[in-house]
Amino acid sequence: MAHDAHHDHGQEPPSDMALRVKALESLLVEKGLVDPAALDAIIDTYEHKVGPRNGARVVARAWSDPAYLDRLRADATAAIAELGYGGRQGEHMVAVENTPEVHNLVVCTLCSCYPWSVLGLPPVWYKSSPYRSRAVIDPRGVLAEFGLSVPDEAEVRVWDSTAEIRYLVIPARPAGTEGWTEDALADLVSRDSMIGVAVVRNLEGGA
Amino acid sequence: MNGVHDMGGMHGLGPISPPTEEPVFHEPWEARALALTLAAGAWGRWTLDASRHQRELIPGPDYLRMSYYEKWITSLETLMVNGGLVTDGEIASGRPAEGAVKASPPLSAEQVEPAMARGGPTDRPLPKPPRYVVGDVVRARNINPTGHTRLPRYARGHVGVISHDHGGHVFPDTNAHGLGEQPQPLYQVRFEAAELWGPDADGRGAVYLDLWETYLDPA
Repeated sequence: MAHDAHHDHGQEPPSDMALRVKALESLLVEKGLVDPAALDAIIDTYEHKVGPRNGARVVARAWSDPAYLDRLRADATAAIAELGYGGRQGEHMVAVENTPEVHNLVVCTLCSCYPWSVLGLPPVWYKSSPYRSRAVIDPRGVLAEFGLSVPDEAEVRVWDSTAEIRYLVIPARPAGTEGWTEDALADLVSRDSMIGVAVVRNLEGGA
Repeated sequence: MNGVHDMGGMHGLGPISPPTEEPVFHEPWEARALALTLAAGAWGRWTLDASRHQRELIPGPDYLRMSYYEKWITSLETLMVNGGLVTDGEIASGRPAEGAVKASPPLSAEQVEPAMARGGPTDRPLPKPPRYVVGDVVRARNINPTGHTRLPRYARGHVGVISHDHGGHVFPDTNAHGLGEQPQPLYQVRFEAAELWGPDADGRGAVYLDLWETYLDPA
């Protein structure tokens, strides 16, 4: 990582935080408390293996297979595990579906709980004070900051992740995608649409 | 505790300004901070609830100023000291104390995938049947504990409807303080936006919270 830091920052000296974390890591390695190879494996997991592509596959399957959607509604943890996803920060899952009548938005006002197993690590804005404070009291204003307008007649449901239950938004399937393969559908599904701050658009079909 | 971490419903904390693209980690040290926290946690010296509470104990002005992973590292140092894994002196010097026994074995690279895949499920059997069923009208208690709680201030005193029964789950308010898991029924509760925010609610909507049985009274 020292090499990467040098590469990223050119001639800049390492930040106080970089030095502090490096010192702590050295101490813990010397004390036998952590293995640097395990640290690398954890980082590799969340940089390359566990991310929003997992959630996109769940959404694409739910759009394609009505029986799967039923299982997802009945027991999202089990249905998501069918695709091989689960574990840390995804132990107990609930899927919530966007419809013309209901728009869902996920937040954690008390910390930054987030469904890691299907979306990876949360983006900075999700962990930020502005999002955490406003999502529950001003969800339509928050959505407007993301360029999203929910019709007045639709209901906005905000899911505050106060326990170990993690919420995954199943966005509405865009028009013009009939007959698409699951792979093609999954490519349309963004991380933000599964948090509820975006909708899925089919740019080819203009929907 | 009524700390700044309990920020649901506050105004004035700035715009969200989401970037269009961002990397998983903004700096290499953030990745190391995440990995150190997970790897050190594998020693089992603290619970997930205790680590959350440790972050809440960061003084309010610092909490608002610090980045996410700075909070993690600050809390990790304290958790490791309190858990007997390192001493304040070792953190200050960056060197093991003289005569310190080398621990072993730490979480290995091979154990990472199974450990992440296992996670830490919190569902537990219950000693007695749940008090509420779906459809029951409940009021969140007006409690102000000085320790860890997952009942946000904005919901206290307000009336909602049980929308789902999640079964028994570890109770964070005790588990964070070394008082055991003391599992309780956990319910999903729907609060109408107008109930929480009055006439200032921003339109049709509701907020759902997952709340433990002792957070609730019949209404």
